[in-house]
Amino acid sequence: MPQIAQLAETFSSQVFWLLVFFGLVFFVVGRGMVPKVTGAVELRDRQISDDLAAAQTARDRADEEEEAWRKRENDNRAAAQALVADAKAKAAAENERKLAAEQERLDARLASAEADIAEAHKSALAEIEDVAAEATQDIVQRLAGVSVTAEAARTKVKEALHHG
Amino acid sequence: MAAEPAKVDPMYQFTIQPLFGSEGWELAGYNIAFTNSALWMAITTVVLWLFVLGGMKREVVPGRWQMAVESFTGFIDDMLEANIGKAGRKYVPYIFSLFMFILFANVLGLVPFGVVGVHPFTFTSHFTITGVLALLSFGIVLVVGFLKHGLHFLSLFVPQGTPWYMVPLIAPIEFISFMVRPFSLALRLFVAMMAGHLLLEVLSTFVISGGNAGAGYGLLVGVPTFVLMIGICALEILVAGIQAYVFALLSALYINDAENLH
Repeated sequence: MPQIAQLAETFSSQVFWLLVFFGLVFFVVGRGMVPKVTGAVELRDRQISDDLAAAQTARDRADEEEEAWRKRENDNRAAAQALVADAKAKAAAENERKLAAEQERLDARLASAEADIAEAHKSALAEIEDVAAEATQDIVQRLAGVSVTAEAARTKVKEALHHG
Repeated sequence: MAAEPAKVDPMYQFTIQPLFGSEGWELAGYNIAFTNSALWMAITTVVLWLFVLGGMKREVVPGRWQMAVESFTGFIDDMLEANIGKAGRKYVPYIFSLFMFILFANVLGLVPFGVVGVHPFTFTSHFTITGVLALLSFGIVLVVGFLKHGLHFLSLFVPQGTPWYMVPLIAPIEFISFMVRPFSLALRLFVAMMAGHLLLEVLSTFVISGGNAGAGYGLLVGVPTFVLMIGICALEILVAGIQAYVFALLSALYINDAENLH
């Protein structure tokens, strides 16, 4: 076993060169280079977390803007709806008014037409009375040979017409 | 002609040899020959350096290489944060160096450079090496513990909620378990790496000997063994990662004891 057989003759050289090379590794690589590597890692981690934080704030701001926009939009919509409702109400009132006027006009025409009809009815009745009176006079003359005056015939016809 | 007995020593792969005629180098009376072990430590260091260098572009959107390096540092970072807490971040350089050094050493030792005539050497299969690394971790635990808590750190040996009459019994047990830590840490890695390489070497001698003994033996012994070796190679890659992870994780847990005394 060379590890034991050569122990005495190689011990000092082994320890010496190990200390030399491990010392080199420790001071050059471990102390010199590793902190730079870990530093780069830390730098990157910090940058990433900074970027994430910035993204988060940007997102929050965007959310706020959206909220404000939404609020504004809702207000606008409400205003527009009020405007529409107003216009609707106005239009309805106008319609109502126009309809009322038309109704009035129609009512007036109806009343005048009814009056005309009543007039015609009355004059027709008078005519019937006249004709009836004349007919009565004539009939009495022929049947009884009595001549009645036009006044008497008219009065009698009126009575007969009125009393059925 | 009698068949030559195979002269393969599975332990030979762990032999340390001085390179470039450096066996005479000395420092303050100690031999510091630049061995194959030291060469592979150097290779591990350079490869690790190149690997991390590729992840130093510091781009905001990382490329594949940077992603790979960052996933390793992030892995160590998470592990320390999970086990030690916020205070664990200052140990990232040490635990990262430890984990990556062991991981790269383990994996480089498994790369089949043998096909191009280079013999990889897994220096983590030497307890000299793993022992020093374990002592480093243990030393950090002691230094941090005593600096941070002073002599109060000794209360580590009395777990919370121990009845007073149990203290004389519990404290020595805790002390022994504490003192065993560097040994278990070092031996675990050393044994795992050595056993794996030994197994692969033994199995490969089966393949070679079986093939040399004739087509029948080759089919009967060599082919199944070769299939087994492929599976064990995959297992060894897993072990290389797991052992590096275990070493780093246990170091982190021990440091946690010192950092956050109950």
